[in-house]
Amino acid sequence: MEYFYYPGCSLKGTGASYEKSLLEVFALLGIPMKELPDWNCCGATSYMSIDEEVALAMAARNLAIAEENGRDVIAPCSACYMVLRKTQKYMKEYAHIRQSILNALKKAGLTYHGDRVRIRHPLDVLVNDVGIAEIRKRVQRSLNGVRVFPYYGCLIVRPKNGFDHATYPTSMDRLLEALGCEVIDHPLKTKCCGGSLTGTLEEVGMRLVYILLKEAKKRGSHAIATVCPLCQFNLDAYQEKVEKIYSESLGIPVMYFTQLLGYALGAEDSHLGLEQHIVPVQEVFEMVR
Amino acid sequence: MAGRNGDLPRIGVYVCHCGTNIGGKVNVPEVVAFARTLPNVVVAREYKYMCSDPGQLLIKEDIQKLNINRVIVASCSPHLHEHTFRKATLEGGQNPYLFHMANIREHVSWVTDDPEKATEKAKAIIEAAVYRIQFHEPLESKQVPVNPDVLIVGGGIAGITAALTLANAGKKVYLVERESSIGGHMAKFDKTFPTLDCASCILTPKMTAVKDHPNIQLITYAEVLEVDGYVGNFTVKVKKKPRYVIEDRCIGCYVCVENCVYKTPKYPSEFDEGIGLRKPIYIPFPQAVPLVAVIDPETCIEFKSGRCPKKCQQACREVVGRDAIDFTQKEEILEIQVGAIVLATGFQTFDASRIPEYGYGRYPNVYTSLEIERLVNSSGPTGGEIVLRDGRKPRSVGIIHCVGSRDRNFNPWCSRVCCMYSLKLAHLVRERTGAEVYNFYIDMRTPGKGYEEFYEKLLHEGVHFIRGKVAEVTDWTINPEEAGRLVIRVEDSLIGVVRRIPVDMVILSVGLEPRADAEELRRLFNISCSAEGWFLERHPKLAPVSTYTDGVFIAGACQGPKDIPDTVAQAGAAAGEVLSLVDRGFIELEPNIAVIDARKCSGCHVCIALCPYSAISFNETENVAQINEALCKGCGVCVGACPSRAIHQQLFKDEQIMAEIEGLLMVE
Amino acid sequence: MKSFEPKIIGLFCNWCTYLAADLAGVSRMQYAPNLRIVRVMCSGRIHPEHVLWAFENGADGVLIGGCHPGDCHYIEGNFKNLRRYLLLKRLLKQFGIDERRLRLEWISASEADKLRRVVDEFTETLRELGPFAQEAPLFQAAESPSPIQKSTLGMKEED
Repeated sequence: MEYFYYPGCSLKGTGASYEKSLLEVFALLGIPMKELPDWNCCGATSYMSIDEEVALAMAARNLAIAEENGRDVIAPCSACYMVLRKTQKYMKEYAHIRQSILNALKKAGLTYHGDRVRIRHPLDVLVNDVGIAEIRKRVQRSLNGVRVFPYYGCLIVRPKNGFDHATYPTSMDRLLEALGCEVIDHPLKTKCCGGSLTGTLEEVGMRLVYILLKEAKKRGSHAIATVCPLCQFNLDAYQEKVEKIYSESLGIPVMYFTQLLGYALGAEDSHLGLEQHIVPVQEVFEMVR
Repeated sequence: MAGRNGDLPRIGVYVCHCGTNIGGKVNVPEVVAFARTLPNVVVAREYKYMCSDPGQLLIKEDIQKLNINRVIVASCSPHLHEHTFRKATLEGGQNPYLFHMANIREHVSWVTDDPEKATEKAKAIIEAAVYRIQFHEPLESKQVPVNPDVLIVGGGIAGITAALTLANAGKKVYLVERESSIGGHMAKFDKTFPTLDCASCILTPKMTAVKDHPNIQLITYAEVLEVDGYVGNFTVKVKKKPRYVIEDRCIGCYVCVENCVYKTPKYPSEFDEGIGLRKPIYIPFPQAVPLVAVIDPETCIEFKSGRCPKKCQQACREVVGRDAIDFTQKEEILEIQVGAIVLATGFQTFDASRIPEYGYGRYPNVYTSLEIERLVNSSGPTGGEIVLRDGRKPRSVGIIHCVGSRDRNFNPWCSRVCCMYSLKLAHLVRERTGAEVYNFYIDMRTPGKGYEEFYEKLLHEGVHFIRGKVAEVTDWTINPEEAGRLVIRVEDSLIGVVRRIPVDMVILSVGLEPRADAEELRRLFNISCSAEGWFLERHPKLAPVSTYTDGVFIAGACQGPKDIPDTVAQAGAAAGEVLSLVDRGFIELEPNIAVIDARKCSGCHVCIALCPYSAISFNETENVAQINEALCKGCGVCVGACPSRAIHQQLFKDEQIMAEIEGLLMVE
Repeated sequence: MKSFEPKIIGLFCNWCTYLAADLAGVSRMQYAPNLRIVRVMCSGRIHPEHVLWAFENGADGVLIGGCHPGDCHYIEGNFKNLRRYLLLKRLLKQFGIDERRLRLEWISASEADKLRRVVDEFTETLRELGPFAQEAPLFQAAESPSPIQKSTLGMKEED
């Protein structure tokens, strides 16, 4: 099956290494994927809190375009993933929202039926479409001995009843295990990374970042694996600041799961965007090289 | 006397107010006035409660004084009171089948919002009844004898109680139990709430009494395979699984278990909820009834490899001289004939691993309440000592209520016993370990004799109560006090603060739910389940142990969560219902059987193949089909299929059904 | 002007769907008052003529309710009903009747909520389809003497 790729704003900006490694992994696995034509903002962040209907209509435009072409949409950014799924859910469950969105789409010459295309997270596609067994077969460089702290964040499991459990997801654990990683079990898999609080209520945001980093360190992690650009950014970019506030050295590389997967599949470092992180990640791979 | 067949119908219509149940929605006077205008209606009356004595008297008097020969009562569902009013019709001097019931409560007043529309609908239903009843005719019901023997399925406290009650009344009882011993969940408990009397002290004598009772045939390690027949005359096939130990030779001496090639127990004991271990040959618990060993072929070396020295067999033969072990034993199918069946198949507990945030299965010191029952039990794997999996004594224990219950994500219902057993466990843990005990509850629910008093007592024992639904049990610790322990995170809703309570042991008070195979069982016995999967009683208040299938009764937690006193009471009730059925000696069958008009039958054979009971045969000499009345169950399938319209179904004749349809459509 | 209120005849088996309707009552579920129920012991008892008779006498829709496959009180009467139902649907089409006017649903004794949903839904469908009389005027005009007309005239029952 061929998929549409919906980058959203993050993967073209702060999450550039996510996009790079994602595209590399999909190419190596031979999963056909092309960018959704003429995509627009998913409607997340400020839109949603200012005017929900407008935000949902924006998201729905992407759904309508995908539906026209009848392909599932891969949304790697957890916020995009959540908003697109939420739009589908709201349109299905609330007739008045459905109607107002359809009216908006009509003005753009579009329509949307619902349920014909699915919104997928790349983790879901890799684990459930490609399959763990297949990925295990394709591993060229085992990550044996690398202790990884899998961190899912809150958005990938919402709205709940998605492809993994809402409070204790396990799909990334299983994927990383297949790469040879030693996966650390912990109870903070879906706890808040600080989200936008790092920029608005800094004190709270930094504390949330600290909780995760501290726990990862305590459990002897060599790296944190994330599935979301905002989680990655918060945990990586604010690490130095958090170290200062809490007078504690942390130094934990924060990677996208696609970077670990890409390495295991034999991708060149330069194709994985490893140099784009603040806490250096290369040393993780030095362990197994 | 009026009302002989062929007389002009003289109809009496009686509209019930049912207090305000009908009268509060339907304009009864208007309906009565309308009924008076309908053809052949001689009298139409209204009454507050038609099912009461004075209500029934109205019918009887009218039959006698006004020569009423057709009776219509517009009230509740025929499933509730058809029998009552047929009896009144009979007592008034008319054939009881010259009666028809119009359901204007369940089908009208209770489901219709608009009073005007409800009134119109009630009129339509009454008009239909008036049209239909013109075609009623006197019928005789048939009596068939009832086999007085009884089958009880499930050997927990419900099944045991029902079995003993019936056996003591002189009835032959077959008690079928799936496990290798009777006793059910209650046998696993140490103490029972709120009296804290020892569960096995009150249960074991009853289990023994079952075994010793001359009227009870105990069939353990067995399951019902097939049920055939109907009330009074069921034929039941039971599969007896091989236990590889000959029951009447085994004396329960444990010599085989001691001599098993496994020197120490290795496999999780089902009876001990995996807290204790057993060998491949084992007796589930010392008070088991029957006290007979059983071999688990999944773990026994002989079954896995065929190369075991079979020391158990040797010891039984040579040391005990019984030679009870038989590795070649096969499953056995028994066929039993009974007149009534009591289902007492109980419940299962909620699988706590479905809530991963509570850590069951991930953190070794998170237990289910049933595991703790085994841990506190003096005959359990630790001899009643409450210790963690590493042998340490807990200093603090958290008990989380409502696990899987009162939760839309899992089971919406209250499991009724969890608050009380949590209090009991809190008391026992505190008493035996001196630990700090925290109860995390949403609401405390302690209705029952002596229950609230027990709660009150606990409040003064220094047990902590925190009101709030626990968010998670976590090993994410943030200070030295928490280090190495489990932390329960909860919003204490009485003080409005999120708290972290570090504990050494977590007990999950898992709720009760229908057994996983309740649906299969329901089909087997042809009864219904509620949407949640509990066996459905005939009436939630007035027929709590009967089902819609005559002759099949239910008792205990298979009908819904309940504690031991309620279970025992219900088992007694079920036994009582069985006695009232089998002691009468016969049952009356509805005369709704199919009848063939030989003059119209073309001899096409269509009906013969359709009859699910093989009640129709072909008379070669007359060249017509004929129905065996004793076998016909009155489904009417043949009637609906006969191309010559030669078959009719009594009480459901085409004229009756079509007149009813016509009547329903007369009112706009 | 009064809006069109479709009339629905429900032919319900005694053991499942009739009980579901009872349970809907006990649970005080509110649903469209357009349904009027006839009780038969088994959905297998229902003759195609019962359905046609209902249309002939002014029904706008007929709802047949039986036990779920495998759950029939009489082993498999519901399957026998299903066969007749499928044929009857084809016949209705030949009469020029919209086949959506006949609906078969398996509703068990515990599925009061399903009953409520089906009745509400079916009422809406029929409201959209409009009165049966407009759709198949010829069907209704072909009047045959009704059994009740005979009896209300005081005629004695046959034999």
